[in-house]
Amino acid sequence: MLTINVNGTDRSVDVDPDTPLLWVLRDSVGLTGTKYGCGMALCGACTVHLDGQPIRSCTTTVGSIGTGKVTTIEGLSPDRSHPVQRAWIELDVPQCGYCQSGQIMSATALLAKTPKPTDAEIDTAMSGNICRCGTYQRIRAAIHRASEIAGEKP
Amino acid sequence: MSSILAPGALTRRDVLKAGAAGTGLILAVSLAGCTKPGSAGGERKPVSMNAWLRIGTDNSITFLCDRSEMGQGVYTALPTLLAEELGVDPRRIAIEFAPAGEAYRNSLIGAQVTGGSTSVRDAWKQLRLAGAQAREMLKSAAARKWDTTANACRVENGVIISPYGKRLTFGAVAEAAAALPVPQGVALKDAEEFQWIGKPLARLDTPAKVDGSATFGIDVKLPGMLHAALAQPPMLGGKVRRLDDTAAKGMPGVRHVVSTSSGVAVVADSWWQARKARDALRIEWDGSATAALNDGSILRGLKQASSGAGLVARQVGDADAALESARRVVRAEYQLPLLAHATLEPQVCTADVRAGACDLYIPTQSQGAAQAAAAAAAGLKPGQVNVHTTFLGGGFGRRLEVDVIGAAVEASKEAGKPVKLLWTREDDMTHDAYRPPAWDTAAAGFDGDGRLVAWKLHLTGPSITARVFPGAIPAGSVDPFCVEAAANFPYDVPNILVDWVRHEVGLDVGYWRSVSHALNCFVAESFMDELAYAAGKDPAGFRRALLAKQPRYLEVLEVALRRAGHDKPAEGRFQGIAVMEGYDTFMAQVAEISIADGKVKVHRIVCAVDCGQAVNPDIITAQVESSVIFGLSAALWGEINVQGGRVQQTNFHDYRVLRLDEVPAIETHLVSSDNPPGGIGEPATALVAPAVCNAIFAATKQRLRSLPIARHKLA
Repeated sequence: MLTINVNGTDRSVDVDPDTPLLWVLRDSVGLTGTKYGCGMALCGACTVHLDGQPIRSCTTTVGSIGTGKVTTIEGLSPDRSHPVQRAWIELDVPQCGYCQSGQIMSATALLAKTPKPTDAEIDTAMSGNICRCGTYQRIRAAIHRASEIAGEKP
Repeated sequence: MSSILAPGALTRRDVLKAGAAGTGLILAVSLAGCTKPGSAGGERKPVSMNAWLRIGTDNSITFLCDRSEMGQGVYTALPTLLAEELGVDPRRIAIEFAPAGEAYRNSLIGAQVTGGSTSVRDAWKQLRLAGAQAREMLKSAAARKWDTTANACRVENGVIISPYGKRLTFGAVAEAAAALPVPQGVALKDAEEFQWIGKPLARLDTPAKVDGSATFGIDVKLPGMLHAALAQPPMLGGKVRRLDDTAAKGMPGVRHVVSTSSGVAVVADSWWQARKARDALRIEWDGSATAALNDGSILRGLKQASSGAGLVARQVGDADAALESARRVVRAEYQLPLLAHATLEPQVCTADVRAGACDLYIPTQSQGAAQAAAAAAAGLKPGQVNVHTTFLGGGFGRRLEVDVIGAAVEASKEAGKPVKLLWTREDDMTHDAYRPPAWDTAAAGFDGDGRLVAWKLHLTGPSITARVFPGAIPAGSVDPFCVEAAANFPYDVPNILVDWVRHEVGLDVGYWRSVSHALNCFVAESFMDELAYAAGKDPAGFRRALLAKQPRYLEVLEVALRRAGHDKPAEGRFQGIAVMEGYDTFMAQVAEISIADGKVKVHRIVCAVDCGQAVNPDIITAQVESSVIFGLSAALWGEINVQGGRVQQTNFHDYRVLRLDEVPAIETHLVSSDNPPGGIGEPATALVAPAVCNAIFAATKQRLRSLPIARHKLA
């Protein structure tokens, strides 16, 4: 038995420590918002946060995360109220939607560190996330928009 | 526009038959996450108004979406069509995916298929009529209660209002309404009366796609479900010669090792356990069937077949005679590679086989074919298989194939439990039904006055349709899905011949976004560019003159040229043009590029679109952006190579697709039109390669007659 902290809750999981975090989240914890796309950290569909940093959960073994805190798309907000989710809705970013959990997790990590990113900073932060539907133009615009929303006085 | 596979549109009798018969199925298919929260679950006493519409006595309204949502927007556009006539805000409607059923046959294809950019075109009359008929039935039922006439009543967002201002909800009269005869000859709204069609409306599936709650095929969860990974032959058409599963069977979580029709499935408690054990299987494969298959043999076969006579797809005048007597003849040969679909969600299927029944949970574009495949694998009748469609993590034609189903069903049957079978990315890349390769020759002739008097396109390639829909392409007839963007050659030339040689290449080829448009538009529009330069004219003016009798082509060309600033590209920038009609949509693209260090950089794609009446303008724009990027990935880098029967590419490191930092600016300009809707999920894919390659010629005077562009050194 291993204990991992996911979205603020400790979870006991009965898996081999070499199991990728992705499959622990999906099959053991039951959080399926995080997706499998390539298994080689090439596409970013499996992106989650570990202590606030974006990581590829398909190549991160569950045994390696220790007491680190994992945040998944389900833990971003209870009601789609995170500025990135709001911007994604406002600009109707998703098409098939399969990559979008990973896109959103990469974008939220970027904005947490860089509240007003330039296009070049967006390029660097987001180039690891593939979208086969090609929603990139809207993703870029939505990151700028999320930056505005986050900066607005409540 | 008629059905390719089975002429004749759906009759009302079919609809009603299936609508009634479908109720039981419909109630069984509610799948968590596939519906909007708080909809179907809370519905009281649902009443089926027709195959697509269910109204609860609590006034809940549910649309049964009979096309698959793979990003193209049917989840929003189709309920909009129904709601427009029904008289209700589309956002009030709950959506479920429809089961397999004859009522849901796509009349443009002849089967329940989401593809061919047909969904809105097919639904345009059908769903609006279904909405209008239901509205009239609801009005009649209310009118009877009020002792007035239906014509005296009106409908406002789900409420029927009497001439004296009395109000009844749809739900209050649904039961009475459903018992009334379906009215005939109901008039549909004129465009100027539209309240929802053509107006801005946010996608109805967006909320579930920003919080991880949308259920894709990979997300299906059933009580007692096991997980499977599949060892497939590493070579196309390979077979298991010898299997040693001793080590695999002893691994943690492993329950079953099943020899299936498409490989060896390991069934375990979790997918990772199944995957690890799969890799521990010791299998000796028989790869003799395709040992001699490789890129070179495929190309040689195509070239050899190309020397034979073709089946005529389009003939005007006598192109051969005109070429014979032409003052000047231009000839060229074009080649296109195999491509993978690479949907981001790999192939996946959950099967639950029980005595006398099977439930299939699958992201499919082809419910009827999925049902038939599952039935065959389970030893059941198709009617015993319930197909539950999930959201699709990308389709692009890949999920018209049913190759993932057999093994899932066989594994579930053996395990006696629900089994979710998921392919790895590597499985997916190496076991695709690939976009067909092509070898095409083009010839054109100018007369003594420099006029283009002959155009001949001789296409050679395999038929997808002959395999996927057996019997649909009789021997000796042209496969219409092989001559798109070729047979409809729009330019004013007195002698035209477009013909096609069918040549199978030794592996399964499949429908890939825009199908043969992407092959033939590259050839036709590149060659038109060659002819413009041969004639000493600029490519825009050359096309413009030959499109004088084609107003819809001409308009999109002019809009694209103007918006792109084609007269004066910036210093160091070069532009290329392509035009095409496909799926009843007219389109022109201008690509703007620069060349540096022997490589092309695509800065901007300007696309002008006339797709008839727009149903959801923002989704149209999104589909153009999507298609351009899909086509550009393929144009720049897309290539599947085969050596010794083995596909060489395995994952996104060697099958490169565009990333955010690599995309050009994409500008979409919709031309307003009162024509019926054209398809929009695919056509823009096809124009990118010729537009970019024509821009490359403008910059370098290098004519690229094969793809991908990365194969060529540019200077």
